[in-house]
Amino acid sequence: MSNAVEPRGLSKIGLQINGWLVYLFFYAPIVLLVIFSFSESRNVGKWGGFTLSWYEQFIDSSNARNALENSIKIAIVVTIISVILGTMSALALERFTFKGKRVFDALLYLPIIIPDVTMAVMLLLFFGEFFEILDNLFGIQLRKGFWSISISHIAFNISFVSVVVRARLAGMSTDLEEAAVDLYASRWKAFRHVTFPQILPGIAGGALLAMTLSLDDVVITQFVAGPGWTTLPVYVFGLIRKGVTPLINSISVIMLVSSMLLVGLSLLAERTRRGG
Amino acid sequence: MRKRESTEHVVEVATPEFEKTAQKKEARRGLLMALPSYLYLILFFVIPLGIVLIYSFATRNRFGGTDLSGWNLESYERIAEPIVRTILFRSLWLAILTTVICLVIAYPFAYYLSTRKPAIRNVMLVFVMIPFWTNFLVRNYAWRVILGNDGPFTKVTEFFGLGTHELLFSQKAVVLGLVYGYLPFMILPLYAAIERIDGQLLEASRDLYGNGWQSFKNVLLPLSMPGVIAGSILVFVPSLGAYVTPEILGGAKTTLLGSYIVTQFLTARNWPFGAALSFVLMAVMLLMTIIYFRKGGRTL
Repeated sequence: MSNAVEPRGLSKIGLQINGWLVYLFFYAPIVLLVIFSFSESRNVGKWGGFTLSWYEQFIDSSNARNALENSIKIAIVVTIISVILGTMSALALERFTFKGKRVFDALLYLPIIIPDVTMAVMLLLFFGEFFEILDNLFGIQLRKGFWSISISHIAFNISFVSVVVRARLAGMSTDLEEAAVDLYASRWKAFRHVTFPQILPGIAGGALLAMTLSLDDVVITQFVAGPGWTTLPVYVFGLIRKGVTPLINSISVIMLVSSMLLVGLSLLAERTRRGG
Repeated sequence: MRKRESTEHVVEVATPEFEKTAQKKEARRGLLMALPSYLYLILFFVIPLGIVLIYSFATRNRFGGTDLSGWNLESYERIAEPIVRTILFRSLWLAILTTVICLVIAYPFAYYLSTRKPAIRNVMLVFVMIPFWTNFLVRNYAWRVILGNDGPFTKVTEFFGLGTHELLFSQKAVVLGLVYGYLPFMILPLYAAIERIDGQLLEASRDLYGNGWQSFKNVLLPLSMPGVIAGSILVFVPSLGAYVTPEILGGAKTTLLGSYIVTQFLTARNWPFGAALSFVLMAVMLLMTIIYFRKGGRTL
C-alpha cells in the first residue's frame, strides 16, 4: 500500500539525506564499538593495533562468566513462565468474557507503563518486607538472587507477552475455531490443532521479547539482585561506573552480537515459515 | 465483538437454561485462564505498589532505616524544595527536548519510508528494528566510548578545526543518549500512522494548488496526529524516568529524577522520600498514558 505521494525536487533530496543520516546515527556507534573492542590501546576509544586480548580477558574473568551464566539461566526460566502466563492471559482476554475482566485488562497494562525505577523500588521494598516476614514467622532466611530476579522479570514480561499474543489473536478470525467446535472437537482439541498453530508466530515473538527484555534489564535487576549474585548487564553497569576499560568493550560486543543473533534467528524463522 | 459471537455460536440452538449454564461454564474457563497471571500480578505488582505508597507516608529514622509509624506528608512536602524542584524541571525539560528532537528526525524519515517500494521498505524497517532490539545499556555505552577522552568525537571536531568540545558528562550528552535510545519508538508509530494515510488526499491538495508546506500542515500532519502523539508519549515517558543514560553519559550536574530516586534508596537511605518521588513519577506516567489512550492510540 505504497500510496504516499512521491516527494519531488529539493524535498526529495532532503528526505534522502535525512534517511541516510538516521542510519548513520543508528549504526556508526555500534560499528565503532565493535572496532575498538579489537584495539590494543588501553584507552577505550583509541586504535592501537589489532588484538583479541580483551576477549581472552572476558573468558578468564570468572566474575563476568558467572554473571553471563546467571543471565542465561534467568532468561530461560523467565521466558518459559512468562510465555505460558502471558499466552493464557491473552486467550482469556481475547476469547472469553469473565468477571473482573476489565480490571485484569488494566492491571496487565500497568507493568508496561510504569517507569523502571518505580518498579525497581516497588520490588526492593516488597522483597525486603517479604523476607522479614518469612524470617519472623517461620525463621526461614532467604536471600536475594536467582528467584527474586526471576520473579521480578516475570512480573513485567507477562504483560509484554500478552500484548504481542493478543495482537495476533485480534487479527485472527474465529471462523476456523468455530468450525472445529461445530465438528465436535473439544475446546482443548480446537485450541491444540487450530488456534495454537495460528498464534504460534505471536507466541514466538512474545518469547523473543521476553528473553530480550530479561537479558537487557539493568535497573530492576540491580535493585533485586543479591550480593555476589548478579546478571551480566548489572555487572557491566557496575564496571562502567567504576571507570571504562577495554574489557567492557569486549563484553558489550558479545552482548550486542548475541541480541542481534536472537533477532536474526527469529526473522529467519518467520521467513521460512512464510516461504514453506 | 467477535469473541461473544464465538461463545454464543456453539449453543445457538440450545434452550435458554442450557445456554445460561454454558455461558457460566465459559466465564469460569476464562477466569481460570486469567487467574494465574491475575494472582501473580496482585502478589508481585499490586502489593509492592501498596508498600511503596505506605512507605511514602512513613518516617526515616536516625540510622537511615524507616519507621513504619508516625505517618506524615513530609516526603511529599519535600518535593517543593528548591533542589528537588530543579531536578524535576531539569528532567522534564530534557524529556521534552528529547521528544521534540526525535519527532523532528523521525517524521521526515517515517514519511520517506512510506514512499518507498514495499520490498525496500521492509529492509529499511528491519534496520530500524535492529537497534530497537539491541541492548540499551550497550548502546549508551557506545556513546561513552565515542565521546570519551581522545575518542572518535574529538578526532572529528579536531579534523574540522572546531577545537576540543567536552560533550561527555553534560546535559547535551544525556539528550544525545536518550535520542539514540528512543528514536525507534518514535519512528515506528509515526510510520504506522503515515502509511495508513490515503495518498490521494495529498495529491488532491497539490491539485488544488496547495504548496508542499500547506499540504503538510493541512493534510498530512492532522491525519498522522495519532502517530505523533503515540510516538511522543513512547519517547517522553521513558526519558522522564531515565536512569541508565544519565548515569553513563551525564555528570554530577545532570542528576535526573531517575538517578535521584535511586540515590534515595542506595546511598542517601531516605526510603520514604524515594518512595514518594517514585509514586509521583508513576502518577505522571499514568496521566500521560490515559491521554494517549483517549486520543485513540493503540500501538504499545
